[in-house]
Amino acid sequence: MSKKVLVLAETREGSLRNVSFEAIAAGKMIADGGEVISVLIGNGITDVANELVAYGADRVITVEDAKLEQYSSDGFSQALLAVIEQENPEGIVMGHTSLGKDLSPKLASRLNSGLVSDVTAIEADGDSPKFIRPIYSGKAFEKKVIKDGLTFITIRPNNIPALEKEEGRSGDVSSVSVDITDLRTIIKEVVRKATDGVDLSEAKVIVAGGRGVKSEEGFEPLKELADLLGGAVGASRGACDADYCDYSLQIGQTGKVVTPDLYIACGISGAIQHMAGMSNSKVIVAINKDPEANIFKVADYGIVGDLFDVVPLLIEEFKKVKVS
Amino acid sequence: MNIFVLMKRTFDTEEKISVSGGKIAEDGAEFIINPYDEYAIEEAIQLKDAHGGEVTVVSVGDEETEKQLRTALAMGADKAVLINIEDDVDMTDEFSIAKILSEYLKDKDADLIIGGNVAIDGGSGQVAPRVADYLNIPYVTTITSIKVDGEKVEIVRDVEGDSETIETSLPLLVTAQQGLNDPRYPSLPGIMKAKKKPLDEIELDDLDLEEDDVEPKTETVEIYLPPAKEAGRILEGEVDDQVKELVQLLRTEAKVV
Repeated sequence: MSKKVLVLAETREGSLRNVSFEAIAAGKMIADGGEVISVLIGNGITDVANELVAYGADRVITVEDAKLEQYSSDGFSQALLAVIEQENPEGIVMGHTSLGKDLSPKLASRLNSGLVSDVTAIEADGDSPKFIRPIYSGKAFEKKVIKDGLTFITIRPNNIPALEKEEGRSGDVSSVSVDITDLRTIIKEVVRKATDGVDLSEAKVIVAGGRGVKSEEGFEPLKELADLLGGAVGASRGACDADYCDYSLQIGQTGKVVTPDLYIACGISGAIQHMAGMSNSKVIVAINKDPEANIFKVADYGIVGDLFDVVPLLIEEFKKVKVS
Repeated sequence: MNIFVLMKRTFDTEEKISVSGGKIAEDGAEFIINPYDEYAIEEAIQLKDAHGGEVTVVSVGDEETEKQLRTALAMGADKAVLINIEDDVDMTDEFSIAKILSEYLKDKDADLIIGGNVAIDGGSGQVAPRVADYLNIPYVTTITSIKVDGEKVEIVRDVEGDSETIETSLPLLVTAQQGLNDPRYPSLPGIMKAKKKPLDEIELDDLDLEEDDVEPKTETVEIYLPPAKEAGRILEGEVDDQVKELVQLLRTEAKVV
C-alpha cells in the first residue's frame, strides 16, 4: 500500500547535508510508490529546494521564519507539526544527526507514535517495511517493525545510498507559514570546533589515532592525511582519556559509531569498546607496531610498523597519485 | 533543587555479545550503570552540593537493577526508586519506558531531570526527550556543561563536534554527553551509607498504569550478529613498499580513494 512520506531536509551553513538525499531514498522505500515530500525548515533556504527535487523529492514544502534561523526543538517541532497537519503523512524520515536525534523523540511523543531510530537498512519488499538498526553499538543488529500508526524513522548517515541526481526533474515548491512562539531554549553562541567542517558521522574517510599517537602534536600527521583525503580525524577512548584530543572525536561504544568507506586506525590496539564503534566501516586499514594487536583482526589491510614512519609516507604516496 | 536522574542498567562495554533463542544472551554478563547515566548521576550530585536539595535516581527494570541503584546511592545520590516491571510487562520500547517514567515524574515537582544522552545497548536516545515532552518542560540533549543561577540555566551542548551555548530555565530536562564531568567511584564510607539510604520499589499498579497503557508501538522481529569479519592482509616488505602497495590496493581493489 502506498504511503505519503515526509522527509526532513537538513542544511549546514546554507548547503544541504548529504543525509537529506539519503532520507529521500529511504522515504521512497517506505512510500512504495506514494508521494515523498521534502520539508525544508529555516530562514532564507528556498534556494536549495530544487536540489531536493533533483534527488527524488516529488514536492518540497518550506517553512521559513527568522525564529527558525537556528535549530530549536520547540521551533522546529512547531514548524513540522504545521506541515504534518496540512499533509497528514503516513511516514516521516529524518537523519539520525544531532538535529534528528534531538527532534524526533519529541515529535514522536507529540504524535503519540512509535519511532525506530538510527536505521542503517530497510527491507521494504513485504507489506510493512522492516528496519535494521545496530544495537550494542554495532555488536549486534535488530530488525524492527512499527506495529501500527505512523511509520517514523531516523536513518544513520552514510548507510542508505542517495538516488542518482536527476537534473531538470520537476516538482512543486510551496511554503507553509507558521507562527513560531514560546521558544524555551535559546542558542546564544555557536563555536565551531570541527575544523574542516567534515563531520565524523558523515565522513567518507576517517583517520583515527589511539594511545600510540602519544601526544596532542602526534595527531598532526593524522590531520594532514585526513585533510588530504577529504576526511575527518577520530580517536580511541585511550587517546581521549590521555588528553591527546577532545572527547568529541571519540569513536566507540561510548562515543560515536561510524561507518565510513575507509577507516585508517593508527596506533589503536582494538579494544572491544572501540571496535564496536568502527568495525562496520567498509574498508579498514590498521597501522600498529604490535603485530598481535586486535585491530588487525578486523582490518582489511594491515601494516605492522610505527605510525610516525608510515603515516608521513602515506601522505607522500597519496600526494603523488593525486598529482598523476 | 529537586533533581531526578534517569538511569539504565546495561551490559558492560567490554562484554562480547552473543545471541541465543532470538535474544541477546545475558548469562554471566557483567552489568553496569549505562556510562552516560554515570555522568548524569555525577552532575546531579555536584549540582546538589552547590545549590542544596536532593537527588533521586530512578530506573525502570527488574530486581537485578537494585545493584546499580545502590551504586548510584554510594556515589552520593539521596534516594533511589526502582520501577519494577518484571511481572507486568513482557515487551517494551522507548514509548513504554518514557510513559512509565513520565507517569512517575508527573507529580514530583522536579526542578531538573538528568539522563544519559543515549544508552549503549538500545542506542536510540529517545526516552529522555520523550519524557520532557510528556511533562511539557524544555530539554537540551548532549550537554557538556550546565550552570544554574536561580531559575536561569546556561548550558553548553555538543553538536557533532561544535559547541552551542544555550539559555533556558528550570524546570528542565537535560541529557549528558561525555566530557560533562569525571564520574566519581563510590567511596567505602559511601558504600556503607548507601545501605541505609531509601531504595523504594514500585510497580505499574502504583502508577495507575495497566499493561495496555504501555504497550510498545514498535516490535523487534529479529536479533542477529553481524557477519564475522575475516582477518585481512598484513602487508610485507620494506615500509615504503608496503605504503605504495596499500595506496594501490585502496585505489584498485577496495576502490575507496
